[in-house]
Amino acid sequence: MRSFLYRLDVKGSPYLYVVPFFLIFASFGLFPLAYTGWVSLHEWNLLEDDHPWIGLANYTTLFTDSSFWNALRNTAQIWVLSTVPQLVAALFLANTLNQRLRAPTFWRLTALLPNITSVAAVALIFSQVFGKEYGLVNWVLGLFGAGHIDWQAGTASSQVAISVMIIWRWTGYNALIYLAAMQAVPRDLYQAAELDGASGFQQLTRITLPAIRPTVIFTVIVSTIGGMQVLAEPLLFGGSSTTGGSDRQFQTLGLYLYEAGFTRFDFGYAAAAAWAMFGVIVLAAIANYFLTSRLRRS
Amino acid sequence: MTTFTPTRSGSRVAVVRGVRRKPYRAERRPGKLAYLTLAGLAVFSGFPIYWSLVVASQDNSVLGAVPPPFGIGSHLFENLDRAFGTVPFLRALTNSFVVSGAITVSVVLFSTLAGFAFAKLRFRGRNALLLMIVATMMVPTQLGIIPLYLIMIKAHLAGTMYAVIAPSLVSAFGVFFMTQFLREAVPTELLEAARADGCSTIRIFWHVVLPASRPAAAVLGMLTFMTAWNDFFWPLVVLTPEDPTVQVALSTLASGYVQDYSLSLTGTLIATVPLLALFGILGRHIIGGIMQGAVKG
Repeated sequence: MRSFLYRLDVKGSPYLYVVPFFLIFASFGLFPLAYTGWVSLHEWNLLEDDHPWIGLANYTTLFTDSSFWNALRNTAQIWVLSTVPQLVAALFLANTLNQRLRAPTFWRLTALLPNITSVAAVALIFSQVFGKEYGLVNWVLGLFGAGHIDWQAGTASSQVAISVMIIWRWTGYNALIYLAAMQAVPRDLYQAAELDGASGFQQLTRITLPAIRPTVIFTVIVSTIGGMQVLAEPLLFGGSSTTGGSDRQFQTLGLYLYEAGFTRFDFGYAAAAAWAMFGVIVLAAIANYFLTSRLRRS
Repeated sequence: MTTFTPTRSGSRVAVVRGVRRKPYRAERRPGKLAYLTLAGLAVFSGFPIYWSLVVASQDNSVLGAVPPPFGIGSHLFENLDRAFGTVPFLRALTNSFVVSGAITVSVVLFSTLAGFAFAKLRFRGRNALLLMIVATMMVPTQLGIIPLYLIMIKAHLAGTMYAVIAPSLVSAFGVFFMTQFLREAVPTELLEAARADGCSTIRIFWHVVLPASRPAAAVLGMLTFMTAWNDFFWPLVVLTPEDPTVQVALSTLASGYVQDYSLSLTGTLIATVPLLALFGILGRHIIGGIMQGAVKG
């Protein structure tokens, strides 16, 4: 009997320990995803009791809606505008931090400071900084004789402002991740390079970068997934309006989904938008994979 | 004999390994340029937060002045008063603490349990299940928002803190993080010895694994608390402005027709100060956690 209990404990109890995760994840992660698909096939308005089946009609409407394509284009533009400078800056920052500095912890703390600020707070602070009348940026531009820019009004200017918020919040975080990877690079490689007379920049591009390539790929993928979901920044930049500016000039996919679901209460349509968004993310991940695996070979 | 400025982690390594090790790349001594870059970074990082304090302490009429005010004004308390009067911040702060606290406890507990199983126990399907958890880290939460909302309405939980807490009770990252940590932190021989002494698995977990996991649990707890505190989208959807979390209260402040900047930046200050305090006390460990998670992830 005792040995039976013992065997039961050894064989069975591991499942008990992992089951809470899977149970909660299934009900709040996996099931909603499938349910989104189901809802997207219906005309599902929150304010009505009937949810008639309409097949793929939501998707056909979605793909012919110019606002959807506009949102997709905006999302891609903001992603490029924010990710590229962010990761390049993070790389140089990590390289600077990866030296025998005085007070290294202090410098790392300052790098991470923006990341602990909530996205809502960041969006509000930067909305003020990029304000048309009393904004700090316009005041500085004024010192150089540049005119007053209405940052919200233009497509390029509003997307730059939103990208700056993202860059500010995430550069330090990525720098720390690169720093962690850099510290695992064997030091004798640098000693050898130093003996051969390689400059600091050469060491960065010839030794450090190839060595931390997996980490770079990781950050690209993570920031792609994050970039496809940008929502709070444009929402609050537009004063909590879901259209992303008068001309939808900074409406992202996330905001488009939010507009359909929670201002029009057209859940079927919003669900279709969510699945389309998922498709975009999967496509982006696959593209990332092929691009980076080619990089790895070259 | 080499000498080095003993950073805490550096000296700990030296003690543990019994050899003097330079913290890292000691060959390259940073020049003035490095410190200049970093000082620039510090200004860039800190300025927006300082700026929110400036605006929060000014009267709105001063904000249009040329040049704009760069110092702390005298209207902070007046603005705080106004902010607390416009949105239920007291309630929001309490809600945020309850939500973040509950999520943190649950994530840490379930992650340690599952991490223990994945790291140290043998069972059929272990690798497949772990792989699945890692894969789920890729699925964005935004995609489930609509059905989640429908579920919460059906369950009559919309507008309550339960609705905010429930979807975040477990985290794939947490399980992964704990699995990685416990693999190395708990020697398998120790578990075998405990087993030979007749310990059941759950007693091993309680008496051996849980104490050993404390450092990682602390880091995971801090990261989870921060994420929960800063969560925006889901609370915005499921809560009402009358009973918000801090982030939802912030969005209410920002949605007026006329932008009242000193009011909304007073709000950001209220939302940020608790985390700044946490960061001030525990920042070193938070950084350690992010870097640790990064190397292994």
